[in-house]
Amino acid sequence: MLARAITHALVGLEPRRVEVEADVHDLGLPSFAIVGLPDRACAESRTRVRSGIIAAELEFPRGRVTVNLAPAELRKEGSGYDLPIALAVLAASRQIPQSELSRHASVGELALDGRLRRVGGVLAVAEGARRLGIEFLICPPESAPEAALAGVRPIPVSHLAEAVAYLRGEHEPEPVQIRDDEEPPPLPDLAEVRGQERARRALEIAAAGRQNLLLAGPPGTGKTMLGRRLPGILPPLDDAAALEVTRIHSVAGLLAPEQPLVRTPPFRAPHHSASTAAIVGGGPGIRPGEASLAHRGVLLLDELAEFQRPALEALRQPLEDGIVCIARAAGRAVFPARFQLVATMNLCPCGARGDAGAACSCTAQRLAAYRAKLSRALLDRFDLVVSVPRPRASELAAGPSEASAAVAVRVALAREALAILPLRRTPDADALLSRAVDRLPLSGRGRARVARAARTIAALAGADEVGPDHVAEALAYRSPQELA
Amino acid sequence: MNEQLALAVFASETGTHLVKPPDTARWRDHLRRFDAGAYERRLADRGYRFVSGLPPLLRAIHDPPPGLFVRGVAPVEMLARPAVAIVGARACSGYGASVARSLGRELAAAGLVVVSGLARGVDGEAHRGALDAGGTTVAVLGCGIDRDYPAAHADLARRIAETGLIVSEYAPGVEPAPWRFPARNRIVAGLASATVVVEARERSGALITADLALEEGREVFAVPGEITSALSAGTNALLKLGASPLTCAADVLASFGIEPDVHDVVADPLLELLPATADEIVRRTGHPAAEVAAALVALELDGRATAHDGVYRRTS
Repeated sequence: MLARAITHALVGLEPRRVEVEADVHDLGLPSFAIVGLPDRACAESRTRVRSGIIAAELEFPRGRVTVNLAPAELRKEGSGYDLPIALAVLAASRQIPQSELSRHASVGELALDGRLRRVGGVLAVAEGARRLGIEFLICPPESAPEAALAGVRPIPVSHLAEAVAYLRGEHEPEPVQIRDDEEPPPLPDLAEVRGQERARRALEIAAAGRQNLLLAGPPGTGKTMLGRRLPGILPPLDDAAALEVTRIHSVAGLLAPEQPLVRTPPFRAPHHSASTAAIVGGGPGIRPGEASLAHRGVLLLDELAEFQRPALEALRQPLEDGIVCIARAAGRAVFPARFQLVATMNLCPCGARGDAGAACSCTAQRLAAYRAKLSRALLDRFDLVVSVPRPRASELAAGPSEASAAVAVRVALAREALAILPLRRTPDADALLSRAVDRLPLSGRGRARVARAARTIAALAGADEVGPDHVAEALAYRSPQELA
Repeated sequence: MNEQLALAVFASETGTHLVKPPDTARWRDHLRRFDAGAYERRLADRGYRFVSGLPPLLRAIHDPPPGLFVRGVAPVEMLARPAVAIVGARACSGYGASVARSLGRELAAAGLVVVSGLARGVDGEAHRGALDAGGTTVAVLGCGIDRDYPAAHADLARRIAETGLIVSEYAPGVEPAPWRFPARNRIVAGLASATVVVEARERSGALITADLALEEGREVFAVPGEITSALSAGTNALLKLGASPLTCAADVLASFGIEPDVHDVVADPLLELLPATADEIVRRTGHPAAEVAAALVALELDGRATAHDGVYRRTS
């Protein structure tokens, strides 16, 4: 007999309907084959499904079992097909009713003892089910809150036997409790940063204006520490943004079960050895990269100049358009990637430059080569550039500085002001900006960045137009000539 | 004139340092076949010139070049005007860069021609300072004048050629080579009646320039630096040897007999605090970082302060 179960494959973030067909023939030699372009993890499902069915004290059909994953031309990846395959095989051998199975989508990996394990991308699978008009999704309990976000009713089952009992109408799983009141773990606080008044201020402006920030200075001055404190002063994500972020993090398998909806802006800090595919996404299965995982949040590139040049150049598209398009032989995927970039770098390869207490030993050539690693085009994408000098011992001994919570309030207010107020420049402010273009090395793009930063500064100050003071301060964060 | 052009081309082609015709068959053969008219036309096509009539100061050095290849629209008489050379380390500190920049600006503003070598660091900053002031500046290259070396200074070279001159004793097409730079330095020192060394390590090219200037009996100024910094070792050694310490542009102007303009500058209390980082000023004044940033930018726009690697300094 032939039976069908429904699940979804992911192409990038897009769910594609996959029908899991199982055919059991009593005649012929016993065999179990899975066809329909399964990858390695998916083909290995045979072993897990057989063991799982036996462990659930059900009968694995004795004849020839063929499973087809349709459409056959779409690559199937991962272990999430275990549960639909098992259910289809059980339905084909008349151990569960096909009529019930047709009303459910399913996803999950089987353990050898028949328990269900969570897989990534359940949110997208659930969204696919909802689009097909399927109301129920059978999934592991840890994935249930995530599935509920998509608007389907999750059926949490912890064991294959439980799923079978449910489909036979013998067991009603407990309804999912969605807890959205869980306190997110505390983020690092700005109060821990002593001194660095200018960098703190730039961080606040970056947070309010969603602007990209480059912190340059000798090692050990707290550049990374500052960068890590940006998420703590960003406002929480609104509903639409939270769902977008959750979808990406679900595909990457990063969701915490107790926190299905990502409400805090994500923070990603890939190591500088990261490949281009790791940064912007890719790989045979087209996975989202760090740039997409940082969507609506912060991407911190520590030691910017140590990153591979192709990886950095690949960031230019998402920085400009807020998306990453990846085309591979396996298909094409578009991931959202509207992140805020924070980068740190030393002023020279040896790191001593900018440090009054150390002598830089870099030759002019080494210095030029170090700075040439960053293309003008990339440096132009930083709205705010701040030199972070080494703090003195007296600063480090000083009392704690302003806490993140206080800064976050100002940032939230400024975001509102930026959204509703026109914030035009006064004639005086315009005159100052023109004078700066004449007197300073400031490109056309640089001018636009200064104008944008000035607007944010005015919003932070609670002003209703952009005055010369705001423009002057914005000019202090322009890209310095020595990095050009 | 023709023989000098032939000699300059011969020296460039053979890669030798020649100040007068050698007594070799190869030279005589070269001279016989050299078509000076055609060569000059080729130079003119590219906007270049060859000058054999050297300015008196340069002619006075013990091994003057046969002549100079010149790029730029300014008249070559510019080379005979009172000039000061500003040289120093390529990997200079922020202090060296800002001193070179403001010296270039003030000396050019006072009417001196600023001569330097178009290298990275101090040289480039000195040229930029002179251009900032709308003054004239001359770059002496250790390669052909058609080579933008270093490549990062291609744009600077173009700007210099618009109002000043780029000169070299080497014919167009000659590639930069390490041994040519000391030879170039004698022309830098030779064109100027005073040489200022801004920052130099021990045994550096800038010190060679200073030595050459001293040999020709020209004035040498050294900018004092921290005694602990390797970048000041060369300049401090010069001071020990008797070079004049340079503490302001007026020191150089006085040696040219130029009275510096005494203009009333409204004292800004912020200037008194420099050099300092923005954060240090925030703590010393108690003003918020936002206000301090705006005030520092105002000083920068007035040309009274510059920032380098996060440290703000006075320009004079």
